Amino acid sequence: MKFFSSFFLSWARTALTRSEPFQEISMPRLFTRTRFTAIASSFALVFSLLFPVVGSADSKTRIMTATTDLASLAQEVGGDKVDVESVARGYQDPHFVDPKPSFLLKLSKAELLIVVGLELEIGWLPPLITQSSNPRIQVGAPGYFDASRFARILELPTGQVTRAEGDVHPLGNPHYWLDPDNGLRIAKGIQNKLSEMRPNDAAYFAQRYDAFEQHLKQSDQQWQAQMKPYAGRKVVTYHRSWPNFAEHFGLNVVGYVEPRPGIPPSPQHTVELIGQMKRESVKVIMVEPYFDLKTPNSIARETGAQVVVLMPSVGGEKEITDYFKLFDYDIAKLKKAFDETH
Amino acid sequence: MKRFAALSALLLFSSIAHAQDASTVSPKRDASAASTEDARMKALEEQVRTLAGEVALLRNELKELRDTKSPEPASSPQVLLASAHPEPGMLPGSPAPAAPQAAQTQTFGGASGNAKLLNPDISLIGDFIGTAGRNTVSPSRSLELHESEVGMQAIIDPYARADAFISFGETGVNVEEGYVTFTALPAGLLLKVGKMRADFGKVNTTHNHALPFIDRPLATNNLVGGEDGIDDAGFSLSRFLPAPKNWFLEGTAQIFRGDSADVFQASRRQDVSAVGHLRAYRDLSESTNLDLGVSYARGHNNAGIGTAFIPSNFLTNLYGGDATLRWKPLRRAIYHSFLFRTELFWSARDQVSTAAFFQTQHAFGMYSYAEYRVNRRWTVGGRFDRSGHATDARLTDSGFSGILTYWPSEFSQIRGQYRFGHLATSPTDFSNANEILFQFLFVMGAHGAHPF
Repeated sequence: MKFFSSFFLSWARTALTRSEPFQEISMPRLFTRTRFTAIASSFALVFSLLFPVVGSADSKTRIMTATTDLASLAQEVGGDKVDVESVARGYQDPHFVDPKPSFLLKLSKAELLIVVGLELEIGWLPPLITQSSNPRIQVGAPGYFDASRFARILELPTGQVTRAEGDVHPLGNPHYWLDPDNGLRIAKGIQNKLSEMRPNDAAYFAQRYDAFEQHLKQSDQQWQAQMKPYAGRKVVTYHRSWPNFAEHFGLNVVGYVEPRPGIPPSPQHTVELIGQMKRESVKVIMVEPYFDLKTPNSIARETGAQVVVLMPSVGGEKEITDYFKLFDYDIAKLKKAFDETH
Repeated sequence: MKRFAALSALLLFSSIAHAQDASTVSPKRDASAASTEDARMKALEEQVRTLAGEVALLRNELKELRDTKSPEPASSPQVLLASAHPEPGMLPGSPAPAAPQAAQTQTFGGASGNAKLLNPDISLIGDFIGTAGRNTVSPSRSLELHESEVGMQAIIDPYARADAFISFGETGVNVEEGYVTFTALPAGLLLKVGKMRADFGKVNTTHNHALPFIDRPLATNNLVGGEDGIDDAGFSLSRFLPAPKNWFLEGTAQIFRGDSADVFQASRRQDVSAVGHLRAYRDLSESTNLDLGVSYARGHNNAGIGTAFIPSNFLTNLYGGDATLRWKPLRRAIYHSFLFRTELFWSARDQVSTAAFFQTQHAFGMYSYAEYRVNRRWTVGGRFDRSGHATDARLTDSGFSGILTYWPSEFSQIRGQYRFGHLATSPTDFSNANEILFQFLFVMGAHGAHPF
């Protein structure tokens, strides 16, 4: 579509510019030329009306991402050359998103789709991609970008994988974006992809990436410094969303509120967890914003621990507007919880 | 791995060749031969050293792939020095900006390479149903493995994907659906070719195991072909349509052979059936949305077969309307949600009356269903049913159901349903049915997501 409309536009443009020299040569040719120009431009008009999405050189690349974190990274690299929107919201469980038709319209116009991968979106993204009837973003097409290919993945299962372990991810833990190093790697991948799609803006993306890298490395030093006093602290999390975060900032995740990934808390497991937390004096329970706080709160009451609702994604709270603020927010909250429970 | 094996084979081969050379050449040595020999030896030695370096590099990479928890071994710089021809992209943690994507995949990324190769996503859904109570009109079996549905789904090539669902029931095997979807068509068109459930309303498109109740509504059974519904071989073409702001419009046109359960039956090759569907959707808020649809289906029926009339003159026209209101707060999506749905069906069926006249029976049917998710594991629901009979519109059945569903996990489901039916046996006589149904569903393997 974009190809056709841009083709017609450029055709109309060249027709317009070419028509001038003919003015002095002969009247009949001028006449035919103007008529030709008129026809061409009306064609272009009709086409641009039919397909309002016109891809001229200055237009922005339309990017859809599965989650807000990827949207933030794409925005960092793409700057004002891209229009980015995420399907899932930051406070939504990325495993369970309704594939609403309203997303289809946006996906049908997207030029690039960035997904988390590792089967995180298996329950909702495949039908959206198929129904979008957009050849550019089908799996394997140049506009399909699997961010997990660029990240360091943890918890790769070894040996037999069965659902006796709950809703396991056979390709590794998909919550990998909560490690600034992975953020950087993904941003690099996005930079390469965008440069491939818009070779003329490659220098711009390279410069945006360099600035992002510098900013992120600086911020990471601060975050590391803030977390340093709590290195090796034992924590419990609700879901296995934090292995990359914990590894990067030196936390020690010793247990989970869920008995198995995707399985709601059971009384027996909760009792065991309380015993373990008391034994190992674990004082912090990290919970994602989309989980019920009833069980974590009762565990906290029993053990004297504190429940901290940490945001696994950008946009989880209004103030978390980008990838940097995500870590700012989570680290500030963690720090406070560690200080208060000490 | 392959590369590693090939390299070691090469290494072995070159060392053997080297040994042979030395033994055959040694008896008759003269000065010039010795110098070329030396040069060759040196070249070979150099080559062996290079290969050894590369083997070390590959070994290291292998080790690191196995031991993904610490993928940045301290020894990598030494390996780099030992190797004569290091490939820049192969080195873990190297900042090399131009590193090819394939190399990055080897260093980072998940275990996607060896997880399933090119097999389709295969799943099996077992659907076990038990029924107790009184129903003299349409009794079902006390216990049955109602259906075992095998699903196979895969991407065929860059232009298409395919989905096949084969159901093994108590009465035999049936290809419930099997179609290829072309995803790379121009002008935003989506083409499906194969056997599929027709896009007539909501419940007709839904597989048994994905229904929010155990049985199908009375209207489906009386007017739209029962459990299989309109499920036929043909083409389906759909496209998004221009819509007012914030609305989503989609049109679907389908052509089928014209054989679907007892709704449509083609006696001639040209007696194809057609189905059209228009869907309108709107997000009322982030958590609430409205989904509306109108459907039309037209095909030939079997009423004229064996009569004095021409069979192809007997048509069934079906009209449908559906409305769904959904509420699901995003922050608590896995704990609470609400859905209300109503579907209306009108059937106009040409047939031969008892007095041997050509007549058209106009029957109406509907159901309304509401469902509330109480917590992560429990859902309660209720359904009201009312439907005339397609062949005799004077007969009207009605009923209601209460449904309770429990999910031990995402992959299994236990459901109970109380069903009351006020079923017409003649225009004036009714028979009451009181039944308890229960169902166990289990999912093996990777079953693809269902359409919203």
